[in-house]
Amino acid sequence: MATAEPFLSMQGINKSFGNIPALIDASLEVREGEVMALIGQNGAGKSTMIKVLNGFSRKDAGTITVNGAPWAATSPEMAQRGGISTIFQEINLIPFRSVTENIYLGREIKTRLGLLDLRAMQAGARKLLAEFDIDVDVRRPLGEFSTAIQQMVAIARAVSFDARLVIMDEPTSSLDETEVGVLFETIRRLKAKRVAVVFVSHKLDELYAVCDRVTVMRDGRTVAVSTMADMTKLQLVATMLGRDLAEVRRAGATAFTEGTRTIGEELLSVQDLAVGRRVSDASLSVRRGEIVGLAGLLGAGRTETARAIYGASPHEKGSIRLEGKETDFTAPADAIKAGIGFCSEDRKHEGIIPGMSVRENLTLALLPALSRAGIVDESRQREIVLRFIKEIGIKCSSPEQKIRELSGGNQQKVLLARWLCMNPKLLILDEPTRGIDVGAKAEIQRLIRKLADDGLGVLMISSEIEEIVEGSDRVFVLRDGKMTAEFDGEAINEPAVMGAMAHGHGEVA
Amino acid sequence: MSSTTQNAPSPVPGSVGSRPRGGIAAVLSRRHIGTIAALVALLIFNFIFTPHFATMQTLSVNLTQVCVIVIVGVGMTMVIATGGIDLSVGSIMAIAGAFAPQIFQGTLFPVPNLYTGIALAIVLSITVAGFFGLFNGWLVSSFRVQPIIATLILYIAGRGIAQVWTNGDLQVFKVPEFQQIAIGRVFGVPFQVWIMLALVLIAAWALQRTVFGRQVLAVGGNEQAAWLAGIPVRRVKRRVYVISGVCSGIAGLIVIAMNSAADANLIGMGIELDVIAAVAVGGTLLSGGRATIIGTLLGALIIQLVRYTLLANGVPDAAALVVKAGLIVLAVWLQRQDRA
Ligand SMILES: Nc1ncnc2c1ncn2[C@@H]1O[C@H](COP(=O)(O)OP(=O)(O)OP(=O)(O)O)[C@@H](O)[C@H]1O
Ligand SMILES: [Mg+2]
Repeated sequence: MATAEPFLSMQGINKSFGNIPALIDASLEVREGEVMALIGQNGAGKSTMIKVLNGFSRKDAGTITVNGAPWAATSPEMAQRGGISTIFQEINLIPFRSVTENIYLGREIKTRLGLLDLRAMQAGARKLLAEFDIDVDVRRPLGEFSTAIQQMVAIARAVSFDARLVIMDEPTSSLDETEVGVLFETIRRLKAKRVAVVFVSHKLDELYAVCDRVTVMRDGRTVAVSTMADMTKLQLVATMLGRDLAEVRRAGATAFTEGTRTIGEELLSVQDLAVGRRVSDASLSVRRGEIVGLAGLLGAGRTETARAIYGASPHEKGSIRLEGKETDFTAPADAIKAGIGFCSEDRKHEGIIPGMSVRENLTLALLPALSRAGIVDESRQREIVLRFIKEIGIKCSSPEQKIRELSGGNQQKVLLARWLCMNPKLLILDEPTRGIDVGAKAEIQRLIRKLADDGLGVLMISSEIEEIVEGSDRVFVLRDGKMTAEFDGEAINEPAVMGAMAHGHGEVA
Repeated sequence: MSSTTQNAPSPVPGSVGSRPRGGIAAVLSRRHIGTIAALVALLIFNFIFTPHFATMQTLSVNLTQVCVIVIVGVGMTMVIATGGIDLSVGSIMAIAGAFAPQIFQGTLFPVPNLYTGIALAIVLSITVAGFFGLFNGWLVSSFRVQPIIATLILYIAGRGIAQVWTNGDLQVFKVPEFQQIAIGRVFGVPFQVWIMLALVLIAAWALQRTVFGRQVLAVGGNEQAAWLAGIPVRRVKRRVYVISGVCSGIAGLIVIAMNSAADANLIGMGIELDVIAAVAVGGTLLSGGRATIIGTLLGALIIQLVRYTLLANGVPDAAALVVKAGLIVLAVWLQRQDRA
């Protein structure tokens, strides 16, 4: 593209939190109608860069121009009016308000009398969502829907503002392939309308699918800008991590290493489970030392099945046995006592306690075990926290830093550590590497594998088919609330699993 | 391990994991600076403008007034920390205050001697107060009634119960042995001040250092996440209301001991507002998740000093209410600033 003047130009941006710099002389340029990938490790400063642009945070230094004119949004609403709309990394809509209200938040349609025109708004919301292939009851509270649907609503809302630039901070982290496809279609449509897009993602394949250029950030600095086509995946990773190419190549792309597995006796057995409206007939099993993948499309009932096993939702039918004994969990606390851990996909609402420190968030579930006579043994607590910070590389200024100040990926690592430090028998992971950068993802996958080799049973839900296929010893596929296929060992491959997800073919469970 | 950490801004050596703790300085940490500044300003103002301010008598009057607010405030802080609120504290004070004299005076059932009677009176009335707190907690935790509604029930009915219990009569008594709990002195300091200090220290410690305390804050910070992490959310909520009930019971006894009379119509009347104001001014987040008992103590001192200042300088009561309201607005505004 030969446009001389970029649509957006951010130069020499500095931003510190306290005395810790998050952005150091960072820059970003986006041209009209261009899709710009913004990548970097967890905590590299991507979200901070975006927040400085849309007025959520104030920059310490630097200049921002839009269309050649100085840009000074002091709030995301103001940025929106100025033509830049943002899909935040953490869905920031209101869960107990209806889908319609969320879409029209801040620009409600009113009747001539000044009352809310609900009918018109509902029709508008339905029409908008239809463009995204989403068919839901727009009158229901947003919080009732899955994270993926909520994410799609956030995307639909942001796109419907007629912005000149749409920023998407990890929009695909909780989406399945189908929704990702829909999103890409949307991005292409935006592009055709000469709308610019900034696209943040840790999934490199996606970048190659939709982005024109890429800006790489590392430790608060902009370290590379290039057209997508001029950079191989390996080069991208090497630039991101700041390591040399050979080293990255040696490390390999996947971290679920092969090795001799000793799979033990059966740990968990679920038979003919029915949960709420979503799950009607699910059966699966997990053995000691085994990683079991649970695959399925959006709405197939994976999370619901997991929650029922964990005692977080009651099940109407079927049996759940742990080590041969029927479980009777009425709350997650019971499941935890029996040795089960569950890492939710919804980090913001079901994971972090925002106002508490990394230390307290990490040991939240472990607390009873860390105490004598109800008093917390703080030196042991600190020891465990420091060990995990080091082991999985949580980037924080100290264990006392509030978790809400961490970057999204680093929050995810703290939540994973919350369960890993419990030494559970069975770990249920719902999107365990959501929002985690490629380097750290490998670390975490390696850690999960190692724990499994030590006898831990893992039930892993992931919308990333690769993660399921490469990481699992066995895969169960759920479709419309029913278990439709089981794959074992050699039989696990992408086409087979995807076929079963979509059409329900495969070996019958 | 990986590059994720190697380039992280390296913290000051030795600062990782070391946490400011211990000592008065730490207890009155940064977050209290504003509150303390306000308190000091009020004191200076009074030293200059209020006649007879720097006397033992003024100190004593102010301290005894503040004790009741702080004691109730300890329970209230715990409740608010979980994201709840307890409007029934004044009524529970009235119940405990109306109940106790009937026991140590032997009108309810015969007691062998005065000391047994006093001991029974204290234990039983506080227990009863605790049970009323449990009722609140039960409504909130098991039936998911909104705290403000749930405790409104006892706010209205509790005082009624106390009035019916005493036929609406004023019970006057002269039992110095019992009244020691309020007016007796140890090292020259009224006994109720000791009770207050003990409760404040225990609660502040418990909130920081015990599993229960951390769970209280976790529930207030993100209830859903806390529940999924195995925290017994319902039990935690029940307990904070019981604690609030017990604190109210203690406060009720102190009030009647000070007055040497129990009037179910008046004990703890309107105290919930003073207490909530003290908690808010002290820096506890009204939406839950962040709480400070020491802050509540400071907040109560400020509220009391403001009231005293206005009174001693001849400002009418009605105007004093407006000032108090202004203080709460200011406190809430400051909290919002802090969060942004
Ligand atoms: N409010 C805050 N207070 C203190 N530090 C913060 C705050 N917000 C962000 N940071 C720090 O700034 C750095 C950059 O964070 P940012 O969220 O921009 O990372 P990111 O590149 O978006 O990472 P991720 O891929 O994990 O989302 C991190 O080290 C983070 O801890
Ligand atoms: Mg981010």
